[in-house]
Amino acid sequence: MVSVVYEAPDSIEGAVNLLANADVPAHILAGGTDLIIQTNGSSDAERLFVDVKKIAGMTEANLTDTALVLGPSMSCAAFTECDDIKAVFPGLVEAAYLIGSTQVQGRASVGGNLCNSSPAADTIPALIANGAQCVIAGPGGERTVPVEEFVTGVGRNCMEKGELLKQITIARPAANTSDAYLRFIPRTEMDIAVAGAGVSITLDDNGTCTAARVGIGAVAPTALLVPDAAAALVGSTLDDAALQAAADAASAASSPITDRRGTVEYRRQVVGVLVKRAATIAAERAKGG
Amino acid sequence: MAKSHVSTSINGEPVEYLCDPGDTLLDVLRNELQLTGTKEGCGSGDCGACSVTLNGRLVCSCLVLGVEAEGAEVGTIEGVGANDKLHVIQEKFLEHAALQCGVCTPGLIVSTKALLEENPNPTEEEARYYLAGNLCRCTGYDKIIRAVMDAAETMREGA
Repeated sequence: MVSVVYEAPDSIEGAVNLLANADVPAHILAGGTDLIIQTNGSSDAERLFVDVKKIAGMTEANLTDTALVLGPSMSCAAFTECDDIKAVFPGLVEAAYLIGSTQVQGRASVGGNLCNSSPAADTIPALIANGAQCVIAGPGGERTVPVEEFVTGVGRNCMEKGELLKQITIARPAANTSDAYLRFIPRTEMDIAVAGAGVSITLDDNGTCTAARVGIGAVAPTALLVPDAAAALVGSTLDDAALQAAADAASAASSPITDRRGTVEYRRQVVGVLVKRAATIAAERAKGG
Repeated sequence: MAKSHVSTSINGEPVEYLCDPGDTLLDVLRNELQLTGTKEGCGSGDCGACSVTLNGRLVCSCLVLGVEAEGAEVGTIEGVGANDKLHVIQEKFLEHAALQCGVCTPGLIVSTKALLEENPNPTEEEARYYLAGNLCRCTGYDKIIRAVMDAAETMREGA
């Protein structure tokens, strides 16, 4: 039985103080869908849980003319109900919608998915595709880290003791831009990605791709930004050759492992296919928008 | 370890309790408050047997700390029907024999109620996706889905 000390500060400063001055292992409690399970299995040490959901802004999202400002602890259930965000970032919302069951989505959050830093996290490739920035508050003030640099290894990220994720921000995309996220699982629901791909595409009036970002997940220790895949799409009309080149670049960038969900060869192949399909969907949406 | 004092609302009634900060809401409901209708299945958020609503959102009570219910509104299976009258969803589960051992049933009924409040007219596919987090190892789900669809229709007619 783990002995837990629970604190629910109402300010970022209060949370940072608690986390920075903790003399026992300190954990940030957002939705708890990972943390509470991880704690259940551990031996009887004292833990500090800092519930950040009472801090203003942590559980809400705000889409302005210039950016999406996402409170990291907003539940996926609440996030996926935001029609204005869905219209601009349909792929990111789809990724959030894929996390766990209805019950898990009632608590789990995009920020929690990011901070848990699983290689197979669904929202991370979609955040990468959209160029998300992580605003981290700490004892020394705030710093901003691009999402593709946030996760540093399996279950590890760049946050130091005393720091917490305050906001996830995404600049509002250019006109004729949209995104898509696809993952492969062997069933239709309630599973963990074997491979995942998030793609954002910007088109000009002739349907030529002028900008792209490609993020892949579950095929390396961390989700990856794949600039070579994006470069293969830019300048093309997303014809078969360009899509295949992007797929090949994603496969080449991957470094998957074999486990019970898939083999190295399979994951490498499938992630390319997912990039192709996600790019095609994102482009269709970009035309429609 | 000092116990935490929590003031909350359960099924519309104000409730106060003391709990260890590490206790889950499920622990509190079953062991502290004797609301044993909510079942523990997996204890890791996979099976949905412990489903309750927290401020109107469907959640697994095994993944919520008891202290997090401070100031919140909790809804459990005990609040679904009245003492002397079953809720339509409960009646339909009986009518369609949508249960065998019954461990998943409270969670499924709480989830079905949440589904039908959100979407009174779900397709079978929507119902199956919404309830995918409620595992049943007895029925094979078909009778459950029939009960859910029938309850939805009956509730729409009654509305």
